[in-house]
Amino acid sequence: MSKLTKTSAAADMEPTEERPTDAPSEFLSVRDLKVHFPTDDGVVKSVDGLSFTLEKGKTLGIVGESGSGKSVTSLSILGLHRVGSNRSRNARISGEVWLDGEELISADAARVRDLRGQKMAMIFQDPLTAMHPFFSVGQQIIEAYRVHHPSASKKEARKRTIEMLDRVGIPQPDRRVDDYPHQFSGGMRQRAMIAMALVNDPSLLIADEPTTALDVTVQAQILDLIRDLQKEFGSAVIIITHDLGVVAELADDILVMYGGRCIERGPSETIFEQPQHPYTWGLLGSMPRLDRERTDRLNPVKGSPPSLINLPSGCAFHPRCPYTDLTEGASQTVVPELREVGSRHLAACHLGKADRERIWTEEIAPKL
Amino acid sequence: MTIPQQTTAEGAEPLLKVSGLVKHFPITKGVLRRQVGAVKAVDGLDFEVMPGETLGVVGESGCGKSTMGRLITRLLEPTGGKIEFEGRDITHLGTSAMRPRRRDVQMIFQDPYSSLNPRHTVGTIVSAPFRLQKVETEHGTKKAVQDLLELVGLSPEHYNRYPHEFSGGQRQRIGIARALALKPKLVVADEPVSALDVSIQAQVVNLLDDLQSELGLTYVIIAHDLSVIRHVSDRIAVMYLGKIVEIADRESLYGKPMHPYTTALMSAVPVPDPKRRTQRKRILLTGDVPSPISPPSGCRFHTRCWKATEVCRTVEPPLIALTPAAGHRVACHHPENAPDQAPGETSATAATGGKSVESA
Repeated sequence: MSKLTKTSAAADMEPTEERPTDAPSEFLSVRDLKVHFPTDDGVVKSVDGLSFTLEKGKTLGIVGESGSGKSVTSLSILGLHRVGSNRSRNARISGEVWLDGEELISADAARVRDLRGQKMAMIFQDPLTAMHPFFSVGQQIIEAYRVHHPSASKKEARKRTIEMLDRVGIPQPDRRVDDYPHQFSGGMRQRAMIAMALVNDPSLLIADEPTTALDVTVQAQILDLIRDLQKEFGSAVIIITHDLGVVAELADDILVMYGGRCIERGPSETIFEQPQHPYTWGLLGSMPRLDRERTDRLNPVKGSPPSLINLPSGCAFHPRCPYTDLTEGASQTVVPELREVGSRHLAACHLGKADRERIWTEEIAPKL
Repeated sequence: MTIPQQTTAEGAEPLLKVSGLVKHFPITKGVLRRQVGAVKAVDGLDFEVMPGETLGVVGESGCGKSTMGRLITRLLEPTGGKIEFEGRDITHLGTSAMRPRRRDVQMIFQDPYSSLNPRHTVGTIVSAPFRLQKVETEHGTKKAVQDLLELVGLSPEHYNRYPHEFSGGQRQRIGIARALALKPKLVVADEPVSALDVSIQAQVVNLLDDLQSELGLTYVIIAHDLSVIRHVSDRIAVMYLGKIVEIADRESLYGKPMHPYTTALMSAVPVPDPKRRTQRKRILLTGDVPSPISPPSGCRFHTRCWKATEVCRTVEPPLIALTPAAGHRVACHHPENAPDQAPGETSATAATGGKSVESA
């Protein structure tokens, strides 16, 4: 991460428009975030009007399939679409991201760079590609620390690094600190990556598929570690994954994304017990579960995820939705609004309340 | 289409019989390529696959499950042991002697992006088995390929398209069509769904299921995901460091797991139920899988096992049936859900390398 901060140029700012000065009271507030990438084939609307909030000490799980915009969301919160190659500089970002009373989309690139790694940090999916193979694990963590603590001596930074490696459960941290990433196993690399992300005590931690590359036993260790560290540091955590099992383990709130939009959002328990969107039903029906009796057949969503260049009209999910007949054509033409369907529970679906409840209790829930 | 065969009929001949299968990859050093050691990827496997059943093979990365798959399809040359297919020894058959057998054993690969040649059309890819085996089909190869495409849920018009025009799930279907072209008896699928999205995973799992009942296929499915394995398999083998530590039918393995490793694996699977996260008991294994270059002595799991005693460190437990339950075999001195094989041993000498935490 610290590598990226070095390459970022301060000259990539677009003129900012006037925006309301009403800072939200929540710790993290994302309002109507849009990230569009113009390409030769058309505009890829990776994120198209996403809003959510997150408090300190809470965990938000963002769930979706590949191409639903979940990773792009996290990268744009960190301002990582503004640095690097020209291609990514072309991203058109609008909306607001408020972190602890500060707006980040319109903020100065240098300011975002200061915050990145210090106030907000990220754990990437594949620690082998996210770490530099040429530098020892220790050097990389020390750099991340010293970038934000310029007054710290090398010795202090090293001490802090060893402390962090110890905290994330790396055996013999004083010796392993000089090892290179390839000398670590997959699970240890992910631990080192967590140590790097947490070395500056960030108050927002984004974990993008943190356990997808790992074995189940190691996955359980890492999930426990993230949970413990969150309790200890009281940070806000966003966990991005395609695995509903992982979010159920960690998240307080869940946000389900489809085609760049949020289609359902609510407290974890509500999402698992009273989901209101047919796509969420499909996700639940797709996964074989160890905690239930084995079913003869899975009930997957038919078809495949849509192209983000030509999103289907109306509700983006309608070509795959088995219940479009019940909406009297609205789902083909009108984009459904995210509406309140329960306490703190929002869903974007044209189906009537009675229909949704009947389908869930009679058709979906018994088959899970 | 063939008539679905009966699963594991009494006294039936196994389709595939593997005994003492070993594969060591040499590690060489210096200009003379002197052998200094070996990666013991597969180190003595015994199992049978009955016609019509699905054997699931599960384990962590590096346990040798993929090597096992490549050995039984004879894509790798075994170092030792014996592989019998339909009663015939195929362990060391040469390329030409193996060729007619290839018709009966096919493989589905994990990565649908690298297992299809990007320069070939779908038609060329799926018809390759017919060409290689010089098989004549009734209405020509094109018709046969189009039938296959329909069978796996693709459209016959896809014949002239290239792999890059398809999504991951569709590509996996192309791979499945290719594997089924010659009506094989045994299909070995190495992580067939792990590269796919959740909703697509379920579609492919259902497809494999339908094809099995339609064509009477026998599957060996290799995967790391215990919930997928439970869904698709009739019998399951759990591997650890090149060995099978437990093998049983689905109900007894998931209902009464005996090997501590199996128990730990199952408890590590995240449960999609937020209410249960505080109540359930989880066995957390510490550390990583030891290196297969120098596997631990005795029971290979002893370095991470919370029940390990002195005997585990010195004596390798045999894979045997401990309970009357038919076909449930386990290699452990101190199994769960079964009588202790080495009573009197205290766990005071528990392994130093790993301890386990039970979180309530």
